[in-house]
Amino acid sequence: MRLLNSYVLSAVSGAVWGFLTMIVIGVTLTLITGELAIPQVGAAALAAALGALFTHLWEGKTASIGQKYAPAAIILLTLLAATFGAPFALPLSVEPLWQLIALVSFVAVTFWANRQTLDGTPKGSLTRYEKEVIFLRVAKGFGFVVFTVMVALPFYVMVMTSLKSQQQLLGNPLDLSIDLSGGLSGMFRSYIELFTQFNFGTYLTVSAIVSVATVILTLLFSVPGAYAVSRLNFPGRSWMSRSVLLIYMVPAIVLVIPLYAVFSQLGLRNSLTGLLIVYPATTIPVALYMLQGYFKGLPAELEEAGLMDGLSRLGVILKITLPLSLPALASVSLYVFMIAWNEFLFAFMFLDDPDIFTLSRGVVSLNSSEVPRQHLMAGAVIATVPVLCIFLWFERFLVQGLTAGSVKG
Amino acid sequence: MSAIADQAGKTVSTAGESVSQPPKGAGPMQKREARLAYTMLAPTFLIILAIVLGPLVANFWISFKPVELGDLRAPKVLINERVKGKPQLAGDPATLEYRVRNSSQKNSIADAGFTDILPPGFTAQKLPDACSLTGTNLTCNIGTLEGKAREKLVIAGTVSNEYLALKKPEKASKPAVFGKADSVLTNSTFTLDNFRRVFDSDEFWSVLRVTFYYTIFGTVGALVLGLFAAQLLNTSFKGRGILRGLFLFPYVSPVIAVAFTWVVLLDPFSGTLNALLTKMGVFAEPVNFFGQRAVDLHLFGTSFEFPLALSTVIAFEAWRYFPLSFLFILARMQSVSTDIYEAAEMDGATPLQQFWYISLPQLMGILSVLFLLRFIWTFNKFDDIFLLTGGNAGTRTLTVDVYEQGFALSNLGAGAAVAVVVFVVLVTFATLFIRFSTKEEGL
Repeated sequence: MRLLNSYVLSAVSGAVWGFLTMIVIGVTLTLITGELAIPQVGAAALAAALGALFTHLWEGKTASIGQKYAPAAIILLTLLAATFGAPFALPLSVEPLWQLIALVSFVAVTFWANRQTLDGTPKGSLTRYEKEVIFLRVAKGFGFVVFTVMVALPFYVMVMTSLKSQQQLLGNPLDLSIDLSGGLSGMFRSYIELFTQFNFGTYLTVSAIVSVATVILTLLFSVPGAYAVSRLNFPGRSWMSRSVLLIYMVPAIVLVIPLYAVFSQLGLRNSLTGLLIVYPATTIPVALYMLQGYFKGLPAELEEAGLMDGLSRLGVILKITLPLSLPALASVSLYVFMIAWNEFLFAFMFLDDPDIFTLSRGVVSLNSSEVPRQHLMAGAVIATVPVLCIFLWFERFLVQGLTAGSVKG
Repeated sequence: MSAIADQAGKTVSTAGESVSQPPKGAGPMQKREARLAYTMLAPTFLIILAIVLGPLVANFWISFKPVELGDLRAPKVLINERVKGKPQLAGDPATLEYRVRNSSQKNSIADAGFTDILPPGFTAQKLPDACSLTGTNLTCNIGTLEGKAREKLVIAGTVSNEYLALKKPEKASKPAVFGKADSVLTNSTFTLDNFRRVFDSDEFWSVLRVTFYYTIFGTVGALVLGLFAAQLLNTSFKGRGILRGLFLFPYVSPVIAVAFTWVVLLDPFSGTLNALLTKMGVFAEPVNFFGQRAVDLHLFGTSFEFPLALSTVIAFEAWRYFPLSFLFILARMQSVSTDIYEAAEMDGATPLQQFWYISLPQLMGILSVLFLLRFIWTFNKFDDIFLLTGGNAGTRTLTVDVYEQGFALSNLGAGAAVAVVVFVVLVTFATLFIRFSTKEEGL
């Protein structure tokens, strides 16, 4: 363990940073320019390790401005020397501007990361605490990068693929740059075709109608139910509040065959009415559960006061309980909207008629070999954007509702 | 207080009771309250009964029925009416012909027949045995019409001028058919064939194994990723809100969008990821992540088969659902008071020790509840695998098998039988879950 003194650790942490930063920047450069930039990880690790070592050596109150920023120059020079002047294995004539930006950001990111990691580390041998601090700083940075890439990359690919043409996609799958040569209409060709030829305007409308109607129906059913479970005393109350969540665990796939059979006989299968019966039925239990959790948290005295003052139960609910639980109503509505908008199984099983397809069903119909994949991705974007916008707008509500309704601590 | 009690006791005793007791059972107020509660719960109860519990029972029923997708259309009597012979003058002979057919190939129709009004100006002279005539109202009783059966009923007669004046006189009235078709869904034929078929197939046990791998690793993956993500965002810094929003994207987006994006991203021929990995020299050949059942891996001198498609599907599952566990874990972490960490810091506990001895024990409750919830939900999951691989390449789980049997192979009964298996396994988990949740008090 003696070996792991501050100098070794700083070099190792620097090497990790160099390695990681180089991969991310190299891949990003490739995807933005479409030119294959092979990350020179070895050289990058070496450069950042040297940078980290000198950052650590020259850290301290006595350090001059030159000593403070010299490690950046060391990183730059080492990288250039170790890669023979081609840090991304590309000739300098190719995309020089992007290469420059990539190089500068590599130096800046590794330099900054080294400073953050080694901030306050004493020189020489280290205690376990100090070692762990360095380890955790590196691990956290690593985690941030990995999680962000992992989440963002598919969405980036989704959007960028939808803006390409078939030839571009087959020609160079690496090229996910924005191509402005065809103008705006060239870029949004897939979207225009989806709306003009593939009926996506209708799908969007149908999805909106179905989702909003589901929200309204769910609230109409679950508000009185939740109120009864949380406020009124009746035999079977505790059993009720628990079994409601069990309903939510019944797999949809078990219900699909009987519902398919019965709805076929009743003529409800290929209709929005059928969907509007099934969707609320699947969302009411969870809505009821979330709402009763919130109602229980409201002070009962307020309602009792209302009753004393001569309000009926209905009046109490409408004038006292509901206004107080607006945040919960908002989060339940959002959650239910999300479920209905994203629902796939029943829409897929029930709907045959393209005039009443929801977006989910419509996008699935694009998944065939005759439809080019940029159309598929454009459909995915159209299905995602509304729900993401609503989510980002009301994120606070959703997060609170999801966690507060069901977790008591 | 005691005075009131005494008074009450006195009133009771004057009413003829010897012992004073508190009232037993529910008073009128309580009864009214309970009635109100039931009224408010009734709509919810009814819709759940109709759409969730009813189908659940119906599924058991169907699983014992030899029912196929085509049987959902009840057999119908199809009829075609036409005139043979070309009458030119009044009094010419003509024959009216009814062709009757059973729409179903298999199932018979009992008491089949039809009624019709004879074309105006047509006089019947010879009726088949099955038919009778009252005025111009014709009624024909064919009796039982077997599957695939066809019948031809010919009525000979003569025509008048009225008939000749019309263009297509036989179209003047449409024959109305009747008959009793026995629906497979409601009759009393039962069979164990569906279950025999499910359990006898070699695939079933591998499907079951795949289901458990998928469920366990998908759940654990989502939980571990969620735990790490929550650790990352448990400190406050600039841009934390943005990152938290971003981390929730996979969970909020529609499953079709993200599933197809993964399919496009990992495509062996035109997928970005494969292009990156092969061009940068990580892989020699493009890898068909969703299409290849297994790859041979050589590690430390041993080689084993790595289930590639299944692992990719599990990775997707963990990716898509880590935000949920992340949210819950983060909420729990933020409710832990900071004093305890400050105390630990004073005592010289290192960061990892603080995590291991303080954070993790406090998170055990929420982690176990999340594990059970996610376990059940992952087990129930159908859309993800169906959209990613269609259940091919060794990724078929029980839920996908329900679809495969019921709809792809059109055998609703067999599909329902698999669904019964799904449900039985699930009830076992749910029982565990109830036991657990009462202990943990988490939910």
